[in-house]
Amino acid sequence: MSTNEAALRPMDIIEGDMDAGRLDDDVFRPMESFPTGRWMTAMAFAGGLATLFPICAGYTIWRGIGVWGINAPVGWGWAIVNFVFWVGIGHAGTLISAILFLFRQKWRTGIARFAEAMTIFAVFCALQFPLLHTGRPWLAMFWLVPYPNDQGIYQNFRSPLEWDVFAVSTYGLVSFMFWYTGLIPDLATARDRARHPFRKFVYGLMSLGWQGSNRAWRHYEKAYLMFAGLSTPLVLSVHSVVSTDFAVSVIPGWHTTIFPPYFVAGAIFSGFAMVATLIIILRRMFNLYHLITDNHLELMNKVMIATSMMVGYAYAVEFFMAWYGGIAYERFVFINRAAGPYAWAYWTMVICNVVVPQLFWFKKVRRTVWMIYPIVLLVNVGMWFERFVIVVTSLHRDYLPSSWGHYAPTWVDIGLFAGSFGTFLTFMLLFCRFLPTVSTTEMKAILPNAHPAHGASHG
Amino acid sequence: MADMEHVTTAAGQGAPHRTVGLAGLFDDVNDLAGAARALRDAGFSRWDCHTPYPVHGLDDAMGLRPSPIPVISLIFGFLGFCTAIALTYGLSVWYYPIHIGGKALFSWQAFVPIFFGLFVLFGAVSAFLSMFVLCRLGRWHSPLHDSGVMAEITRDRFAVVVEAADPAYSEAKVRALLEASGCRDTRPLIEHGEEDDAFI
Repeated sequence: MSTNEAALRPMDIIEGDMDAGRLDDDVFRPMESFPTGRWMTAMAFAGGLATLFPICAGYTIWRGIGVWGINAPVGWGWAIVNFVFWVGIGHAGTLISAILFLFRQKWRTGIARFAEAMTIFAVFCALQFPLLHTGRPWLAMFWLVPYPNDQGIYQNFRSPLEWDVFAVSTYGLVSFMFWYTGLIPDLATARDRARHPFRKFVYGLMSLGWQGSNRAWRHYEKAYLMFAGLSTPLVLSVHSVVSTDFAVSVIPGWHTTIFPPYFVAGAIFSGFAMVATLIIILRRMFNLYHLITDNHLELMNKVMIATSMMVGYAYAVEFFMAWYGGIAYERFVFINRAAGPYAWAYWTMVICNVVVPQLFWFKKVRRTVWMIYPIVLLVNVGMWFERFVIVVTSLHRDYLPSSWGHYAPTWVDIGLFAGSFGTFLTFMLLFCRFLPTVSTTEMKAILPNAHPAHGASHG
Repeated sequence: MADMEHVTTAAGQGAPHRTVGLAGLFDDVNDLAGAARALRDAGFSRWDCHTPYPVHGLDDAMGLRPSPIPVISLIFGFLGFCTAIALTYGLSVWYYPIHIGGKALFSWQAFVPIFFGLFVLFGAVSAFLSMFVLCRLGRWHSPLHDSGVMAEITRDRFAVVVEAADPAYSEAKVRALLEASGCRDTRPLIEHGEEDDAFI
């Protein structure tokens, strides 16, 4: 059985001689030792950047959303761009934890926990933007959740923005439960390793008294499978719903049936780029090269080139349909995108998302960190610009030339976006410091000889 | 109910403590599965295996039935779907009907995202909560912790734990059975104080 497993394993998921005890030592070391200088520096930077968010959000609430760059033709600016961007970032986490779990891709174990954490923090950042866009976020709950107002009128369930409320909040909650369920056994390990009574108490509380009993594992594994099974269609549906915010409208450039698959592919693309961006730093910061190997990076890069080709295809199909559909407005929008005032944004998007990732065809590039890093950074930039192009170029020139306009962000827009990045990075750094970044439980289960050689039911 | 014969008093400690079971620790997962099969065949009922990760095939070795969580989750998922239909139908047809251009009041196509969202939400939340109940999470105390066995289990060892409350329990019998399966490390599980709580 163990020899079979080794033969079936396409690549080394864990490098070097590893046993369960050493695995724990390596994963829990960052949590149990004093923060390193690298971590402190990163935290100071991220925390500083994060303070921009409350400042700009407070200013927005105080003065109203007129302080943003939004105007009459471009009623949705960076707020929706950032919202779609952050929701997209989250998708790789769920893809890795749910879809790859169902496909029994064992390489996911090394990066799944980290990517799931990324999902939760990204969804959190995403939600801030539509909430702020309502102008009075403390009232947004009554406008968004199905609860009648004082006229007895409920929310409009035909509105894509209301679909968003259901899709994104379900997504956030399910992702959190998925992540937390995965954490429980590892938190129990942290509890049992802790020497300080306070740490023991906190991890004990969070691990809910987990004892690793097989009667409990039986339920635990089934619940985990259910989360994976439910999250798999969810991850595809969330960005499809987000895309229908645009697609069900009548604005040329938005009214496109390819949006749902195109958005989902783009979300996975940007999500994987963000996972790679952060996990390369993580494994350097905490010296986890043997658990997050070059094989992991290569496999992620393969997913990225596949999804890059998908978004590239979608860009081409949009142009084709604009020409083939024969609608003058639609044609104009796409010509305007490639040659109008925002052509720089369009070509940034195309170069970053379609041209640059082609370098991943070379095995050497896929496996060399200093070559991967600039590419994934550019993909992050390109995917942000994709949302910018969709929102701004479609809105700024629609049917009537008399209502054309131009859009530029204000310092508040920029501050909110930078602040959301800071918030995201702060959460990620705190996560790396206080929770196990790699699922040791799942890693132990894929070590050689982890399962009985005979009498096993799964064959 | 632990038998009174197991109650002893610790020397130097005021509180009485009772032996509430026996833990056998294993290094090899094959021995663990062997011990589980032996205990199952010997007719024990109040016992469990403790492992650092889910071990495949152990459910069969222990003779456990499959978990009901998928069924629970499916039922609640369906309930969520029905809730979504009730919500959208009730509001758009019964509670606040608005006629727009002669369109159908219940235009269900537009509600599909709501149906799907609530299906997943109810299914996932019920799976989480039923796991919470079935795994008996939220119990902070166990003789396994007091005996120091837990720290070894969450690291890299495997344990078989037989409760003294098991009708078939006798320490000598369990010890012999575990040792026959390759266990060289058995530890009594001590419960401090007067609590009498089953821990499996």
